[in-house]
Amino acid sequence: MKYIFVRLQQLGHPFAEFILHLGGITSMLFEIIISLGYPFRKFFLIMKELYFCGVRSIVIITVSGWFVGMVLGLQGYNTLQRFGSVSILGSVVALSLLRELGPVLTAILFAARAGSGITAEIGLMKATEQLDAMNVMAVNPIKRIVAPKFIAGIVSVPLLSALFNVSGIMGGYFVGVILLKLDSGTFWSQMQDSVSLHNDVINGIIKSFIFGVAVTLISVYQGFIAKPTAEGVAIATTNTVVSGALTVLALDFILTALMF
Amino acid sequence: MRRLTIDLSVGIFVLIGILCLTFLAFRVATSNTPGLGATHTYTLYANFNNIGSLKVTAPVKISGFVVGRITSISLDTKTYKAVVIMQINDNYKLSTDTSAEILTTGLLGEQYIALQSGADNEYLKNGDTISITSSAIVLEELIGKFMTNMTGKN
Repeated sequence: MKYIFVRLQQLGHPFAEFILHLGGITSMLFEIIISLGYPFRKFFLIMKELYFCGVRSIVIITVSGWFVGMVLGLQGYNTLQRFGSVSILGSVVALSLLRELGPVLTAILFAARAGSGITAEIGLMKATEQLDAMNVMAVNPIKRIVAPKFIAGIVSVPLLSALFNVSGIMGGYFVGVILLKLDSGTFWSQMQDSVSLHNDVINGIIKSFIFGVAVTLISVYQGFIAKPTAEGVAIATTNTVVSGALTVLALDFILTALMF
Repeated sequence: MRRLTIDLSVGIFVLIGILCLTFLAFRVATSNTPGLGATHTYTLYANFNNIGSLKVTAPVKISGFVVGRITSISLDTKTYKAVVIMQINDNYKLSTDTSAEILTTGLLGEQYIALQSGADNEYLKNGDTISITSSAIVLEELIGKFMTNMTGKN
């Protein structure tokens, strides 16, 4: 009987832990917002983080966008061909990229490429007691380390997402117009007809901005709560990618329900 | 990593991002007003018995050329007719006896309003109503008419 009770208590444990992390992450968000002014006075800190998060993600974002666009072009062509409406291939590619694939895949790639790096960096600083040293020197690590990373994250994710979209549309154009010989004019005009600036482009940017906040916040939080050991940092890095991807997908459902 | 290199590459990154956003805004999407940045439009009203599946932002065309967009569709509670409000580009003047009908692009495409210019010398002004209208063709009604014709012949 007692064994069953213990088991039941263990069932609730992950949920309680989730609530605990939710509380921790929210209080961290407020701490970051309060200290956002600091990095603007030390602008070089933001530039360094922008270089690390944004510039070094350009290649992976462009290449994956290109391939996603090419796959969309091929699959769309095969399906639309059955109904004899290949002419709307342009709008199929553009709409699926702008509304969903662009923001979501960019955020997931960003979590894997830059988010894991942020977690590992902060986790290692904790493991080697650099954060404690900062506290001793009366330097607030949230101001000095976390806030610049946060700003760089929320600036670079929307920009990277725009890059992903453009690269994907070009990939779709490559497959549709250059390989499958569709008419270039129809491709663009159908796209322009069905894509609206407010509904699709701006909503997509709002989406990727929110994803940027979520992914960067998770990355710095995971780094901060990592156990100060080699294994702890490894677990925290994995957690960043896993929970970052899950959060992005869940948020995407909510945002899509709200926007479209 | 030297500071100059970082500044330069971040600058290039932001530039690429802004260029991509401009591309998305002007090459991929179109704003809801007719033409690029055509802010000079005037409003016309038209009452229809049946608008079919006409939607807001559908184009208004003359001879197949887009001259405006539909901005709102509502129901007049006195006459129980659908009131369609459209914004027409200022460059296109329409005579007062212009007629409007709802047509469909292709067999199953989206519906739009086709304007047929008249011969009157006076032009429609902002806020005027197009009086000559014909409703959308509803497939079921067509089939119904066809059926009654067929039975009549037998």
